[in-house]
Amino acid sequence: MTPASKSILDIANLSVSVRGEDGEREVVSNLSLALSRGETLCIAGESGSGKSMTALAIMQLLPQPAARISAGTIRLGETELTALDERQMRRIRGDRIAMIFQEPMTSLNPVLSIGRQLTESIEAHTSLSQAQARQRAIEALKAVRISEAESRLMQFPHELSGGMRQRVMIAMALALEPDVLIADEPTTALDVTVQGEVLELLRDLQRQHGTSVILITHDMGVVAEMADRVIIMRHGRMVEEGKTADIFARPQADYTRELLAAVPRIGSGVGRQKSRDVETATTPANVAEVKDLHVRFDLHGGFFGRVNRRVHAVEGVSFSIAPNETLALVGESGCGKSTTAKALAGLVPYSGDIVIGGRNLSGLGRDERKAVRRDVQMIFQDPFASLDPRMRVGDLVAEPLVIHGIASKEERSERVAALFERVGLSADQMELYPHEFSGGQRQRVCIARALALRPKLIIADESVSALDVSVQARVLDLLKELQREFGVAYLFISHDMAVVENISDRVAVMYLGQIVEMGTRDQVFSNPRHPYTRRLIEAVPVPDPGKRRSRFARLDQEIPSATRRIGEAPLKLALRDVGNGHLVAAGN
Amino acid sequence: MTSPIAPDLTAPGRMPVKPRAGVWRRLVKRRLALLGLVIVAIVVAGAVLAPWLTGYDPNEQMFDGLTIEGSPLPPDAKFWLGTDLLGRDLLTRILYGARTSLIIGIVANGVALLIGTLVGVVAGYFRGWVGSALMRFTDLMMAFPALLLAICLAAVFEPSLWIVAMVIALVNWVQTARVIYTETSSLAEREFIDAERTIGASAPRILFRHILPHLLPTIIVWGTLGISTTVLLEATLSFLGIGVQPPTASWGNIIFENQTYFQAAPWLVFFPGAAILALALAFNLIGDALRDILDPTQRGRA
Repeated sequence: MTPASKSILDIANLSVSVRGEDGEREVVSNLSLALSRGETLCIAGESGSGKSMTALAIMQLLPQPAARISAGTIRLGETELTALDERQMRRIRGDRIAMIFQEPMTSLNPVLSIGRQLTESIEAHTSLSQAQARQRAIEALKAVRISEAESRLMQFPHELSGGMRQRVMIAMALALEPDVLIADEPTTALDVTVQGEVLELLRDLQRQHGTSVILITHDMGVVAEMADRVIIMRHGRMVEEGKTADIFARPQADYTRELLAAVPRIGSGVGRQKSRDVETATTPANVAEVKDLHVRFDLHGGFFGRVNRRVHAVEGVSFSIAPNETLALVGESGCGKSTTAKALAGLVPYSGDIVIGGRNLSGLGRDERKAVRRDVQMIFQDPFASLDPRMRVGDLVAEPLVIHGIASKEERSERVAALFERVGLSADQMELYPHEFSGGQRQRVCIARALALRPKLIIADESVSALDVSVQARVLDLLKELQREFGVAYLFISHDMAVVENISDRVAVMYLGQIVEMGTRDQVFSNPRHPYTRRLIEAVPVPDPGKRRSRFARLDQEIPSATRRIGEAPLKLALRDVGNGHLVAAGN
Repeated sequence: MTSPIAPDLTAPGRMPVKPRAGVWRRLVKRRLALLGLVIVAIVVAGAVLAPWLTGYDPNEQMFDGLTIEGSPLPPDAKFWLGTDLLGRDLLTRILYGARTSLIIGIVANGVALLIGTLVGVVAGYFRGWVGSALMRFTDLMMAFPALLLAICLAAVFEPSLWIVAMVIALVNWVQTARVIYTETSSLAEREFIDAERTIGASAPRILFRHILPHLLPTIIVWGTLGISTTVLLEATLSFLGIGVQPPTASWGNIIFENQTYFQAAPWLVFFPGAAILALALAFNLIGDALRDILDPTQRGRA
């Protein structure tokens, strides 16, 4: 189908401006596109590329009064959307153009039941009776493969998992059979295995209804999986447009090439030559050893607020990390990987043994523990949240030195300056505040801060997942360089299998608080033995339209909850060695 | 893409701003803040220089201060703001009263703020039984009628200006504690506090270096709001006979002494009321400006 033949949505020379401190700035410039009936168009780009602003402009939902459409036209069929007033536009929203947002947690109203929210939008746009609207809502839920649709109508958003909520959002968007569906990063907040299901669902529904879809994403894997056509945007401008296969095979613009090169690919074996044999060299003492680690949170309930249930966040996890080694801990949200990291960093109480540099933490007094903990530093996920916004970054990086009484004042500022240069920032930037930096730069500040004490182990908790791919690639390279230079070990926590394959020496896969598979990177990626590991690897969208998966193995049941009643401790999995230290949970 | 450690220097192109230097300068540059400063300066000068600014004694009941019928005089050339029920010069009383009111407004309010912040921060950060105990105590204080409590406290101690200030402080810290508690407990959940703990920061360091600065806006707002409440609470106490003792003037007790004659002699309530309003407004303007200036993320958005 050629774009010009039967386009349902036509955007011509669209510009969007935002009024800021220093006058008006164009966030979308001169964008033109046409969307055909039944087509999936991906708008891809990194943060600040103007892709979300484009979506909001189509919906006429630009943040008022700062942003406005400064030029151009948006035609939906015969209707010129920019000329409509708010009342007329309201009739179009939901009915003819629907939108799905990134965060299914916040885009559903927490105090209204699912059914109420679904029927409300149906009743607003049609003349159906309450009973008919309810029937329509049930059909919509069934269409997005939600089981027991009738009883789900009574449930509230917090009773559903993230994937479920996003399916409800899709049901809501499609209930009125709109001509155009705009999905703004619909799977970014979801786990990979859930992401696969939601994408497939979107594809099926689109085929059935002939809906045109505009999919906004930063993930080239998702683009390859879903799109018929792609528009690459950068700084508010269209950089390249073309058929998906062409863009991936023969990217014309330099930026597209860079973007594609930066995407971590699973199974391509790039990154490291091969997994290095860290342990063979004279077997140095392990930096950290974790034995039978348990973290449980008590939940109070009942009339007297007694403990009646427990979250078994971490259940008997054991691993060790050698100097200069990167151990990756992978798994989906709620599997206990971050809690393990927090226990190691001293942020949550635990039971079991954590041995750092040969000293067991549980046997130490407060001051000794503080001294031992110096060797373990942490880089958090969100560089926007993990730096105190009221302190200058130079002071933030110097703070660990101050706390541990290292070096005089002058020496400290010299050291901090050196650290800044080392992580790719300049020493002049020490006087600035965190909000004056971009995400990637802030993560560099966090890295400099973690390095200040010359730790033996750095825990990186999803440290690159909040960053754009090109920035992500550079930060990963920096981490590798620093490892070569300082011999620091990493505990790298991530949900992203492609990134993990790129950086790790060894991999441990966690599921429901336990390790289900652990081995060298090659063992786990080229010979995954546990079904969950296989599923995780398969779920990663491949940035290659030629390898589009026809069907994604669907799990009908949800991942079980880690919350259990008192006295119902989960079964402990026994790990079996299947050769060369490749450990796999038995009983599969 | 190019070199892995290619410097990532793109975003901030602004010159580094000099640190605290110039809080004062930036304060003075804001017109409203300057107005606030001027009002405060006038009140302070009036209080300090009262004996030189007026020829009357604040407590002297003047023979020519009342009409033949014995009612107070409206403002005229001799008594600029008129006289009160006892024939005392109102301007003089307001000038001297400024001393009392400033001490109450600043000291009592300051102490209340200090207690409230301390209780709120400690309870909000440590939680557990310490937090619960502190907050239950705060709730108890809140449920107890403030005036009754003040009366009890005032009955125990010999009334003097400083005791009144303390009594007011002991009654007024509760609201601050509640608000600060809520804010602290949400701040303590933020990731940068976890990040501080992983580098080995001690609890006092986290509290004073990382949590307190974020509470500053709230503290400033409550501080400025508290000034008018405390000044009026002092007036109430004076009215009940347990505040500043009668002949001594304070803005609050001038209003209370004269409020029943509001219809006949409105100036007696209007002028001291305007003084309280102006002082509270002045502190509010200063506080507002300070809050913006001390927030680094607001830099350059004046």
